[in-house]
Amino acid sequence: MQSNLSLNSRKSSEKSIRNIAGKEKNIPTKVLIFILFALIAIVLLIPFYTLFISTFKDGAVVIANGMDVSIDTAKMSLKNYIILFTEKNSFFTWFFNSLFLTIGQVALQLFISAFVAYGFAMYDFKGKNFLFVCVLFVMMVPFEILMLPLYSQISNMHLTNSYAGIILPDIAKAGTIFFFRQYLAGIPKDLVEAGRIDGSSEYGIFFRLILPIMKPSFAAMAILNAMGSWNNLLWPMLVLKSPAKFTLPIGLNTLMTPYGNNYNLLFVGSFLSIIPIFILFMCFQKYFVDGMTAGAVKG
Amino acid sequence: MFKGFIYNKKAAPYVFILPFILVFLIFFVSPMINTIIMSFQTVLPGSRKFVGLDNYTKLLGDKVFLLALWNSFKYMVWTLILLIPIPMVLACIINSKLMVGREFFKASLYLPALTSVAVAGIVFRFSFGEQATSLMNQLVALFGMDPYKWLKNGTTGFIVLLILACWRWTGVNMLYFLSGLKNIPAELYESADIDGASIWQKFRYVTIPQLKPTTIYVLTISIYAGLAMFIESYMVFNGNNSPNNIGLTIVGYLYRQGIEKNSMGYASAVGLVLFLIGMAINLIQLKLNGTFKKED
Repeated sequence: MQSNLSLNSRKSSEKSIRNIAGKEKNIPTKVLIFILFALIAIVLLIPFYTLFISTFKDGAVVIANGMDVSIDTAKMSLKNYIILFTEKNSFFTWFFNSLFLTIGQVALQLFISAFVAYGFAMYDFKGKNFLFVCVLFVMMVPFEILMLPLYSQISNMHLTNSYAGIILPDIAKAGTIFFFRQYLAGIPKDLVEAGRIDGSSEYGIFFRLILPIMKPSFAAMAILNAMGSWNNLLWPMLVLKSPAKFTLPIGLNTLMTPYGNNYNLLFVGSFLSIIPIFILFMCFQKYFVDGMTAGAVKG
Repeated sequence: MFKGFIYNKKAAPYVFILPFILVFLIFFVSPMINTIIMSFQTVLPGSRKFVGLDNYTKLLGDKVFLLALWNSFKYMVWTLILLIPIPMVLACIINSKLMVGREFFKASLYLPALTSVAVAGIVFRFSFGEQATSLMNQLVALFGMDPYKWLKNGTTGFIVLLILACWRWTGVNMLYFLSGLKNIPAELYESADIDGASIWQKFRYVTIPQLKPTTIYVLTISIYAGLAMFIESYMVFNGNNSPNNIGLTIVGYLYRQGIEKNSMGYASAVGLVLFLIGMAINLIQLKLNGTFKKED
């Protein structure tokens, strides 16, 4: 059903593309558009290039002189990479902390949000509309407004300096619940009824029948939430106190402070921190787009 | 009894919703109520004292707060001006038949959104360094300008934050508009063609009205995102203390009062003022756009 619908809309969008363009083949316009986008892309990619070049330069010199795009092979070396991989440093501690936190957080978020979304999508019950408005409200209020009282709450619960303190407040993630609910709305309720007739319990239906067919929506949310989790700085920075528990963004930030004594790691560390998300993006680009834009189309 | 429970259709929805209700009560409602109460108090370790509206009246006369408010407001308005029309037009162009290399450009424009603010901030901080050898100063030297202290001056420091926002969000907003464009029925363009509409007329009278739901969505999230901007400034200015507070935002001030000065009552008032301003702007915006009418 759903795939048919999206196929139709794709067909119609191709038609609309043809109509915007008119019938004549307009080569000069094509070239102009290409040049425009090429320029935009180049400008947007400059910061990545600058960062990449800086990984081969002496960290202290880059801090003193600023970053630029110049290549001077005489002054460039693999020294930073060698230090990173051979000398004792915190980069890999932070890296694996981030990895551990991201995987744990995303797994819990997806499972619990899907559980909640199923309740919203498949049942009619008292208070449903009110509770769903609460979901939408949580989605709208930016985290920054609540961060201080939330921090007090976490500290009352003795969860500061722990990953639980980072994960718990966002474990039933409103945006993810919303996305899953929209997805489940496209699944016929007959399927649930058939499960009941077969003698499954309400939860058996969710685990055995529904979870398997939610796979594509899991992929989209897994990627979106993994990116958010991997890149998150503000909340983990408030919750975590001991450097041994720091995540990559916090660690990189400490390298930049005047007390950071390892400038050689700053740029190479920053660069390598982008790589896992880049790889995810290259492999699952379609899911990134689906997850990101889900709210805009249907909301 | 357990068996009866797991087959109970009446209880099941509440069991499914329970995790949300718990998280909502513990990590949203309770902190929200707590922050509302604290905004009427002076909070010291171990003692809380009601002071009525003191925190709020103090805010009105607090020049640093008003500066932070102005900075955030200005930032929000500029991000709306830059990050709605431009991505919308780019989306229309990239969606047109004349586009070559569509998928490649979509991906390249999206790449900056993959970076953390930590990394983006580090790159922008050092690319806009004040030394003659920094990227931006080398660039302006090509036009014969002297090295400039980008991050020490209010206007240019603010522009750096805006460039950072455009760098990270142009591609994302473009994708929002692209997905909106895909939902416009082709028949509308066909009948416009029959009426002999020009490209501009089709954009003005078909595309823009049809994109309205997407535009409202992007507008709504951008208003709060703009007003709540903090960590970008924190990274670019290497901490919350920019020269003469040129990069100080409302959330930056909330962080300063609550975390750095430990005055939670005052910080709570700052947070609630931010919440109310964002809410007010969004309600006015949604009303002007007629969102509520449609719901009835």
